[in-house]
Amino acid sequence: MNTKKNHPARRSKKQMLYQRPKSLTNVPMHYCAGCGHSLIHKVLAELMDELGIRERTIGVAPVGCAVLAYFYLKCDISEAAHGRAAAVATGIKRALPDRIVFSYQGDGDLAAIGMAETVHAANRGENITVIFVNNTVYGMTGGQMAPTTLVGQITPTCPKGRDPLTMGPPIRVCELLNTLDRPYYIERVALDGPQGVLAAKRALRTALTAQIDNKGYTFVEVLSPCPTYFRLSPIESLRFVKESMVPVFPVGVFRKEGVAIHA
Amino acid sequence: MAQQKPISPRVLMMGNEAVGEGAIRAGCQCYFGYPITPQNELTAYMAKHMLEHGRVFIQSESELAAISMVFGAAAAGARAMTSSSSPGISLKQEGISYLAGARLPAVIVNVQRGGPGLGGIDPSQCDYFQAVKGGGHGDYHCIVLAPASVQDMHDMTVEAFRLADRYRTPVMVLADGRLGQMMEPITLYAAPPPPVPAKPWALTGATKREARNIRSLFMAEGGLEKHNIILQEVYQQIKRTEPRSEEILTENCDYAIAAWGTCARIAKEVIQKARAQGLRAGLFRPITLWPFPSESLLALAGKVKALLVVEMNAGQMLEDVQLAVKDRVPVHFSGYPGGRVPTTSNMLSALTLMAQQFRGL
Repeated sequence: MNTKKNHPARRSKKQMLYQRPKSLTNVPMHYCAGCGHSLIHKVLAELMDELGIRERTIGVAPVGCAVLAYFYLKCDISEAAHGRAAAVATGIKRALPDRIVFSYQGDGDLAAIGMAETVHAANRGENITVIFVNNTVYGMTGGQMAPTTLVGQITPTCPKGRDPLTMGPPIRVCELLNTLDRPYYIERVALDGPQGVLAAKRALRTALTAQIDNKGYTFVEVLSPCPTYFRLSPIESLRFVKESMVPVFPVGVFRKEGVAIHA
Repeated sequence: MAQQKPISPRVLMMGNEAVGEGAIRAGCQCYFGYPITPQNELTAYMAKHMLEHGRVFIQSESELAAISMVFGAAAAGARAMTSSSSPGISLKQEGISYLAGARLPAVIVNVQRGGPGLGGIDPSQCDYFQAVKGGGHGDYHCIVLAPASVQDMHDMTVEAFRLADRYRTPVMVLADGRLGQMMEPITLYAAPPPPVPAKPWALTGATKREARNIRSLFMAEGGLEKHNIILQEVYQQIKRTEPRSEEILTENCDYAIAAWGTCARIAKEVIQKARAQGLRAGLFRPITLWPFPSESLLALAGKVKALLVVEMNAGQMLEDVQLAVKDRVPVHFSGYPGGRVPTTSNMLSALTLMAQQFRGL
């Protein structure tokens, strides 16, 4: 009798297709509904599992929405003052060169207060991976204007929209870092849907693998939705990433194996 | 750690270099610095010798970055250090506050110059308040050591690493441009580096253990208060155990100079000259500025007619002296707030003038 229980597909060895990554804790995240951080955390945790590096990875989570990343990622993590993540990561990596060191930074942290640390760590070619979460606003403090806020975008500190003549236009960090000689890998991806999550994972895998192989400085920018301060629904926020952010911040590989390939 | 080169018992060294050699002999693994006068010889010494010993040296992009690199290296369990001078130390206060909050051991050397603002490049003691009262935001203290000779610059750097690890706290060596720039024969530290205690908090990768974090952020209700109480308990322990001072000719003494660093060094000669003139003078020199040696000073206050505080500032340690002696003895002050180092005759005149007032009574 061919019952459901005896169906050949049922009888074959069970295969786990998907589960919570071992490197991710099983606690509710504090991130808002539709925020990109939880997806990037998950992808990072999956990669720590798949590359087998969780036990020798040290992360740096500076001031910003992801300052509490140590509640979610099961690797060693250090706090850093606002903007100083690349310097703290430099200190850790130079002290322990065989560990895998990443910083996880927002746009205000990385491209405003921490621009000097960002540029100089890249220019020294520190063998670290910088994960740059660009959601165009200071999420933690209330959605204020960031260096990457789009022209015309309204925030509490540019209530009439960002005016490029008095506030400057958005800064494209991948392009800026691509003018330096030492970076090994620079890519920008967009979390604008499931394909974007896969792209982020592929880019981060390339970056972390390069670091494991001691290739040098790797940088992955993730265009990420912030529905709360976009003042849009999560679905609309994905559309905002795709239709408003990507035209200003083109996705792609800028630097591969130390060579600029995309100007 | 790399083998030390053979020890020369006596060498002629500049103060800034003596600090660098002290750090190397204390097992400093990582040094991060940024140029500023008058401590540049220290950064240059580290650039040459840290790399020779296979250790880490980075000239950072700013003082903010340097102290944050120290934070990272200390978080990873390394002995780490930075140095600067007054305006640069102001920038480092951000990171020093984070180091204190995260309970990370580190050594910071301040070769003081004049201020406020850009001030000047001449020696000064104008950062006393900043050094001993915390300096950055939050309720914290650094242990502060005050060298008065090139030998002290060397020895206190070694001691700073020991204290930092002992108490898991940033330690500052508060020197000045005169001490940094002068040359003297010194005896090099020849013992093994102070032992490094176990660091069960260090971030080394979560191999066969739970993941750790280093942080100064405590958002849960009551969490920050609990953390601050732990910090204060450490500070109380330091205050009980570590106050250090030096007294010279304070037996049978009518008038004592209270001075630290370069001024204390000058005062040593001044009290001899005063004694030769029949004035029973002595010196009280705090070696630790925080914790301040209040008890020793209070004991001395009961034995003298008056105290003269001499500083190369407008009166900073003066306030701690006044607090310590509790009105038991008159406290006079002679200050040099503009980058000028007092001469022995300057200081002797101030002491004689003070003594004349009391003789007249």
